[in-house]
Amino acid sequence: MPAVSKGDGMRGLAVFISDIRNCKSKEAEIKRINKELANIRSKFKGDKALDGYSKKKYVCKLLFIFLLGHDIDFGHMEAVNLLSSNKYTEKQIGYLFISVLVNSNSELIRLINNAIKNDLSSRNPTFMCLALHCIANVGSREMAEAFASEIPRILVAGDTMDSVKQSAALCLLRLYKTSPDLVLMGEWTSRVVHLLNDQHMGVVTAAISLITCLSQKNPDEFKTCVSLAVSRLSRIVSSASTDLQDYTYYFVPAPWLSCKLLRLLQCYPPPEDGAVKGRLVECLETILNKAQEPPKSKKVQHSNAKNAILFEAISLIIHYDSEPNLLVRACNQLGQFLQHRETNLRYLALESMCTLASSEFSHEAVKTHIETVINALKTERDVSVRQRAADLLYAMCDRSNAKQIVAEMLSYLETADYSIREEMVLKVAILAEKYAVDYSWYVDTILNLIRIAGDYVSEEVWYRVIQIVINRDDVQGYAAKTVFEALQAPACHENMVKVGGYILGEFGNLIAGDPRSSPLVQFNLLHSKFHLCSVPTRALLLSAYIKFINLFPETKATIQEVLRCDSQIRNSDVELQQRAVEYLKLSSIASTDVLATVLEEMPPFPERESSILAKLKKKKGPGAVSVTELEDGKREGGELNGGGDRGPETTAMAASNASTPSPSADLLGIRSAAPISAGPASAGSLLVDVFSETGPAAPSAAVNDDGFLRDLEQPTETSDSLLVEGSGDLE
Amino acid sequence: MIGGLFIYNHKGEVLISRVYRDDIGRNAVDAFRVNVIHARQQVRSPVTNIARTSFFHVKRSNIWLAAVTKQNVNAAMVFEFLYKMCDVMTAYFGKISEENIKNNFVLIYELLDEILDFGYPQNSETGALKTFITQQGIKGQHQTKEEQSQITSQVTGQIGWRREGIKYRRNELFLDVLESVNLLMSPQGQVLSAHVSGRVVMKSYLSGMPECKFGMNDKIVIDKQGKGGASDDAGKSSGKQSIAIDDCTFHQCVRLSKFDSERSISFIPPDGEYELMRYRTTKDIILPFRVIPLVREVGRTKLEVKVVIKSNFKPSLLAQKIEVRIPTPLNTSGVQVICMKGKAKYKASENAIVWKIKRMAGMKESQISAEIELLPTNDKKKWARPPISMNFEVPFAPSGLKVRYLKVFESKLNYSDHDVIKWVRYIGRSGIYETRC
Repeated sequence: MPAVSKGDGMRGLAVFISDIRNCKSKEAEIKRINKELANIRSKFKGDKALDGYSKKKYVCKLLFIFLLGHDIDFGHMEAVNLLSSNKYTEKQIGYLFISVLVNSNSELIRLINNAIKNDLSSRNPTFMCLALHCIANVGSREMAEAFASEIPRILVAGDTMDSVKQSAALCLLRLYKTSPDLVLMGEWTSRVVHLLNDQHMGVVTAAISLITCLSQKNPDEFKTCVSLAVSRLSRIVSSASTDLQDYTYYFVPAPWLSCKLLRLLQCYPPPEDGAVKGRLVECLETILNKAQEPPKSKKVQHSNAKNAILFEAISLIIHYDSEPNLLVRACNQLGQFLQHRETNLRYLALESMCTLASSEFSHEAVKTHIETVINALKTERDVSVRQRAADLLYAMCDRSNAKQIVAEMLSYLETADYSIREEMVLKVAILAEKYAVDYSWYVDTILNLIRIAGDYVSEEVWYRVIQIVINRDDVQGYAAKTVFEALQAPACHENMVKVGGYILGEFGNLIAGDPRSSPLVQFNLLHSKFHLCSVPTRALLLSAYIKFINLFPETKATIQEVLRCDSQIRNSDVELQQRAVEYLKLSSIASTDVLATVLEEMPPFPERESSILAKLKKKKGPGAVSVTELEDGKREGGELNGGGDRGPETTAMAASNASTPSPSADLLGIRSAAPISAGPASAGSLLVDVFSETGPAAPSAAVNDDGFLRDLEQPTETSDSLLVEGSGDLE
Repeated sequence: MIGGLFIYNHKGEVLISRVYRDDIGRNAVDAFRVNVIHARQQVRSPVTNIARTSFFHVKRSNIWLAAVTKQNVNAAMVFEFLYKMCDVMTAYFGKISEENIKNNFVLIYELLDEILDFGYPQNSETGALKTFITQQGIKGQHQTKEEQSQITSQVTGQIGWRREGIKYRRNELFLDVLESVNLLMSPQGQVLSAHVSGRVVMKSYLSGMPECKFGMNDKIVIDKQGKGGASDDAGKSSGKQSIAIDDCTFHQCVRLSKFDSERSISFIPPDGEYELMRYRTTKDIILPFRVIPLVREVGRTKLEVKVVIKSNFKPSLLAQKIEVRIPTPLNTSGVQVICMKGKAKYKASENAIVWKIKRMAGMKESQISAEIELLPTNDKKKWARPPISMNFEVPFAPSGLKVRYLKVFESKLNYSDHDVIKWVRYIGRSGIYETRC
């Protein structure tokens, strides 16, 4: 190739690339590449030394061929030679080739490291930058071993150029991320912090990424950065939009830097020093103020940059959770975004508000937006936004608005997206339970839930409603009546049949006085659903029937007939057959006394963590930390007393806690009244504990983990008749 | 049966699309393009199954022909048809290229209507097709009603490949035996695999409806004759040169029942050029050339290659178009070649030394030596040493097949076997002819 122009043009390369692009077929391309490779090989082989320009050109061609997807197994040596060139372009190509092609276990690594070392110790800033970029791009362990001690020195040295410092900070960050054990903390760490004060904004931006990463691992070493960051932030925030020249982005001064600073501050608790804190609050206030100002530009970049800072500031405010004023202001600001026409903004606002709702200071403020959020839940086009709206509704719910929110969620459930239905159901169930003042409302809500979204009602939900009905005497009658009415619908969900079967079996007597719901009517109603149900439900219904025999002797004949028919007593399912046989025998042999003992009303359940809540947590997974934390927080709040009347009178609350107990406390009371005076037995090992402490004769053995009425082990052995219903579960 | 037939150019654009059955939808066209023509990895298999649809394709230079079906068809039949389709197209408009296909698309659709009916292959004999599918437009004036009805009776008749009333002043026929010999040989000269696939192509210009009989030195026939007439000396002497044919297929004009019972090949030939039979042999193959490679690695950066070729046939015969291709390592940086005969050149784009000799007589030998300089690489992989391949053309049949006779009988017209001028030619070509080194 004649040296037509010795400049940086590299005509040969351009010709080669255009040849390749003009190739008609894959085969032609491969032929052209083979030819070029042979040419380069012969050039590299040649005895006469190549000048830097041609070396650069051929290395470039090799790089191009490699990027086309062909293997390159030579030319590494030439690339390494280029590193020692004095020309920028040659060095650059050399480094480029090495960053792209040299794998970490190459034997050339020592030569490369030497060249890098030379460049690092040179006084030429561009060469140093090239070397640093190469280290960062390769980022291998060998590189880290060789340079992890060198780079911090360059970073903090007084005479290093700004651009080099920038590169060094990012390079160190990369090495720290790949092999943190090799980057040792030392006296340089304190000086790195002072880079926050650097004149050059680029250096600060680079350094802050490094500091944020480092301080997450060693927060104590970098504590001093807080005050520096605050002062830096206040300088940026208070500067006019033209002050920072290069670092002003669409009239917003240094948005990236501001975001990073705010994020760094989120690694630490609020500053203790009053002056620093005051300054920071001032900054945050300024940011919130600026959000109110009319936009300086209609460009989307301007608003994006501004909002990025704002959201970062709000998450810092939430993180501190100590400035009621700021929290309320943040909340109001977010409230404005709730109706913004940008979907992304609406999403972010809902998400941030979720966390705000958990703060005691801003909870009330969040609540004011309930109408907007409900509206969002109904009208939002994007399902992910709707999901956030549902989360927020859940988070902002307390005793004062529970009824409204639950009603809204229920009505939304009918049209909700399939992907979020189950979660919605769980949330409604939890809210209904947590904020239930009136348990008939609770029963109504859950039955409604089952009616609307029966398929998505998990076992836990209906277990829970039964637990609560059994534990609360005052709702039992109402529950029986409601269930009876609900079952009259021509098509009702199987879960409804389960609940109905259980409750009527237990408390059917409470409504038997009414001729419209006489025992026989109840039985016929239940039995009309029997054949449409799955095996577990049928088993449950059979148990309900035997309970009917106990409750209403007048139904005995009818029920025995049902049990006796072939479809029961010879059912192909073992469980059903066994139940039918045993119940039939039990009803015909045992005396009424025995029956009454065996089929006694279920004893109350011990209180424990709501299984629904556990399920919701599991569903959300460990990823959604904020939500689970939130729930924990709420639950604690609920135990004290519904978070609604929080505020200055915290002392009064303790008193009210005793007098008007919250629902969970209430249930607690029931538990202590129950025969199991085992104390606060832990939920996990509850069954075992109860059993060992109270002995086999205790009716509390009926407590079973899933609230499912199971079969009787040996129904005719009267001596053991006290070992009642739940015994099957103790296996 | 074939559900549809598509022709694509190299970019995957559809040039011809003919769907014969309802089970093939429009999306089948795209499925083949996406999954085969534009596939990331080159598709090697000629049959591709995509979503319960089978695609059979052949490629002619840059043109893809694909037959599509949803049924379980006989793949060999489909390929036979596709190759026939290529032959027909070549006979009509020459080379199969994108331009030719675009220029003749009306003709191609017409042909496709004729040679495939509801996916069943029909008469694809070029000679017969040319009588009623012409490029000259409607010949209404020239064609009388009689001629038209003649076409119908001929196409639907028993001898669909030949029409009646052909007359030539000179009755002439040409017989070409075309063979391609495939070989894989170990460096020590051991034959690892070898076979010959051959074709007998005939060009006949005979008057009337002649009955032909073709005879060759097939082992079974010769042995039978030897047994039948023990006194026949000629039969015995030719018995030595008989060959064992592994399998063969015939043109549709050959009476198969007669071949099955008497092993005699008798037929009424089509007019013009056609392929009478195809066969394959694997035993007693005459290998026209022997390649003796010698590769020596001198250190890490040098390779010495010496290749000797020996011609192994009668000295009076001349081989032509000899080309030896010696692969070079991927890190070759320079090659020096010395050869006594022909021309040799290092072709970097193909990573090979190509040695060409125009002509070479039998029982001769020739050699080439090359010094290959290598560039040290950091790749530890050893060079795979691909085999040395060879191309040539020789004027005899490497399988040893000989045409013993081709007799022509025409009882109605008064010309006899002796009046027919007959030409026989043997051409042996290299198929994949490789020697490991």
